Amino acid sequence: MRKIAIYGKGGIGKSTTTQNTVAGLAELGKNVMVVGCDPKADSTRLLLGGLAQKTVLDTLRDEGEDIDLDDVLKKGFGNTSCVESGGPEPGVGCAGRGIITSINLLEQLGAYDDDKQLDYVFYDVLGDVVCGGFAMPIRDGKAQEVYIVCSGEMMAMYAANNICKSIAKFGKVGDVRLGGLICNSRKVDNEANMIEEFAKQLGTQMIHFVPRDNMVQHAEINRKTVIDHAPAHPQADEYRALAKKINDNTMHVIPNPLSIEKLEKLLIDFGIMN
Amino acid sequence: MLLRHTTPKEIDRQALTINPAKTCQPIGAMYAALGLHGCLPHSHGSQGCCSYHRSALTRHFKEPVMAATSSFSEGSSVFGGSANLVQAIDTIFTVYNPDIIAAHTTCLSETIGDDMTQIVSKAHEDGVVPEGKHVIYCNTPSYVGTHVTGYANQVTAFVKFFSKATPKKRNVVNLVAGWMEPADMREIKRMANVLEARTIMFPDMSDVLDAPLDGKHHMYPKGGTTIPDMVATGDSKFSIGLGKYTTEDACILLDNKCKVKFEVVDIPIGLKATDRFITSLSRHANVPVPDAITDERGRLIDFIADNHGHFYGKRVALWGDPDTLIPLCEFLVSMDMRPVYIVTGTPGKPFDERMAAILKDIPEVKFMSGERADMFRMHQWIKQEGVDLLIGNTYGKYIARDENTPFVRLGFPIADRAGHNFNPKTGYVGATNLAIDILNALLDHRDRTCAEEKFEFQL
Repeated sequence: MRKIAIYGKGGIGKSTTTQNTVAGLAELGKNVMVVGCDPKADSTRLLLGGLAQKTVLDTLRDEGEDIDLDDVLKKGFGNTSCVESGGPEPGVGCAGRGIITSINLLEQLGAYDDDKQLDYVFYDVLGDVVCGGFAMPIRDGKAQEVYIVCSGEMMAMYAANNICKSIAKFGKVGDVRLGGLICNSRKVDNEANMIEEFAKQLGTQMIHFVPRDNMVQHAEINRKTVIDHAPAHPQADEYRALAKKINDNTMHVIPNPLSIEKLEKLLIDFGIMN
Repeated sequence: MLLRHTTPKEIDRQALTINPAKTCQPIGAMYAALGLHGCLPHSHGSQGCCSYHRSALTRHFKEPVMAATSSFSEGSSVFGGSANLVQAIDTIFTVYNPDIIAAHTTCLSETIGDDMTQIVSKAHEDGVVPEGKHVIYCNTPSYVGTHVTGYANQVTAFVKFFSKATPKKRNVVNLVAGWMEPADMREIKRMANVLEARTIMFPDMSDVLDAPLDGKHHMYPKGGTTIPDMVATGDSKFSIGLGKYTTEDACILLDNKCKVKFEVVDIPIGLKATDRFITSLSRHANVPVPDAITDERGRLIDFIADNHGHFYGKRVALWGDPDTLIPLCEFLVSMDMRPVYIVTGTPGKPFDERMAAILKDIPEVKFMSGERADMFRMHQWIKQEGVDLLIGNTYGKYIARDENTPFVRLGFPIADRAGHNFNPKTGYVGATNLAIDILNALLDHRDRTCAEEKFEFQL
């Protein structure tokens, strides 16, 4: 079983990319579980065809610690297993602690046990690694592989660099490694080249360049992944390609985060100046 | 040897504290809350916090300490403690019927960012606070400050929630009590009565944590500052804060909120601090000092003079809270004793400044405040050069035994002796009690350890 965490700046398209990729892996016949680690609980919407999920933490709150795995795990597109951590409403409580509680609980409930015969577990994590709780999926014994979704926009790269810092930190004592950057295009000039160079300097790869296409939005409105909604569309093939690349990926590294000066230089060399 | 690991060699420590001379904020908040009549302290956090704070107070006072808790679960840590606190307030008023709930936060509720203002206002909106009842609150994260800070925050909350200025000032002086024993508060009130000064003391733990045993359980003992008195502090003409660390914030707030001018003096421990307190009270209550008080002072001086030879030059090590240590050291110096080592875990510059002034004629003195000013360090100093006497809380008993040094228990907590909440240490009478304790400890030690040919009937 490969445990994969997807990180990236808020709003960059982590959940969309994750679910489309998972749909691609499911098409390849893989048995996949998606764990949404976002209090908004919208990480499995496209696989389940809507916000149909009762979250782990809501269940914990309503029913106490006596929870059955079936209460929180739903089957989605391609027989994928979908779980949402959930979390507090905005402005109260501790979302970070929520992720810790939720992942521990899933382990206790045996969500990852061998009898589930999972090929993949995907953790879809909210935004940046802002506190200890959001680093839970990459602590020792959890996800071994991280993919960072980014674009050629400065703040997205800045966030990606920060995430690399925490992978470098946890990687020293644990077995978490960076698998690559997924460029979710924002149609920034020279984007693919810049992210490729960025990845190179981090010591990793740009595993795939996902072009921008309105079909993604169409599929989202229909609460579906592109592969589900428009299997013949070229964008579906992009996600299939990404799924295959992740499936075949053997490049797992501890990244070398860039200094701010180097990061800014990269942006100037590739972006703003051209 | 109990503390075999302690060596004379001091190593500069940046991060490590060994046997801290302090405890955590909510203990202070809980203690102060018991000084309001009909008040139930409430710990907004997990159960363990509340249990520890209650037991820490019970070990010291040998009295049951009632307090409630929000009983955080894993779920409350994630979703916030609002639901638990609102439910707790409902349950407490329904089942235990206090007049006031004094809620304080804990590390957990602080860290997850629970907003007490919002939660308590929700409790009011939900109608769980009955008419005429009160819910007050203060913030007491344990990773900031010490039990002393928590006490100060709670006392300040009393002012914030109750004190009210009406157009009519009253000829009353507020006595804002710093952290001391119920007996000490009782003694200060007795002195004020002898002076015929009209005062309101808050908080007031006398008759709460030293209540008589009458065969019945009193959830809310008869003592404590009443709500009308607490409200009326806003109309008093002056406040005297007893202890800078524990009462100055409350005095400042009372001045800002109700225009009650104030003076902060030391807790009246010893001759000079009591002189200053009596002078301040006499001036601001506009009453003369009666002969009865002057006589008490005279008896103290007589006792010191009679036994001066025993006190003179004795080296003393002390630990505890700044508001106690400052007047205590001053008292020892006025008896020609030599306080040489002093530590307090409570950080703050005023302690260092006052100690430097009080101990300026003792060149060998070492004193320190803050996290690294711990019992281990003081023990190391004692290993380097011994002392004749230890004064502090029960945590010093290991050092006292290892170093075979006389030990007078004073401060919080005292878990292995009784009577500290009966015999006051404040005022001239209290200073005499303290001097007697010190003298007896020194002489008992001398009788037990001196050579046979030096053993005397008359000392």
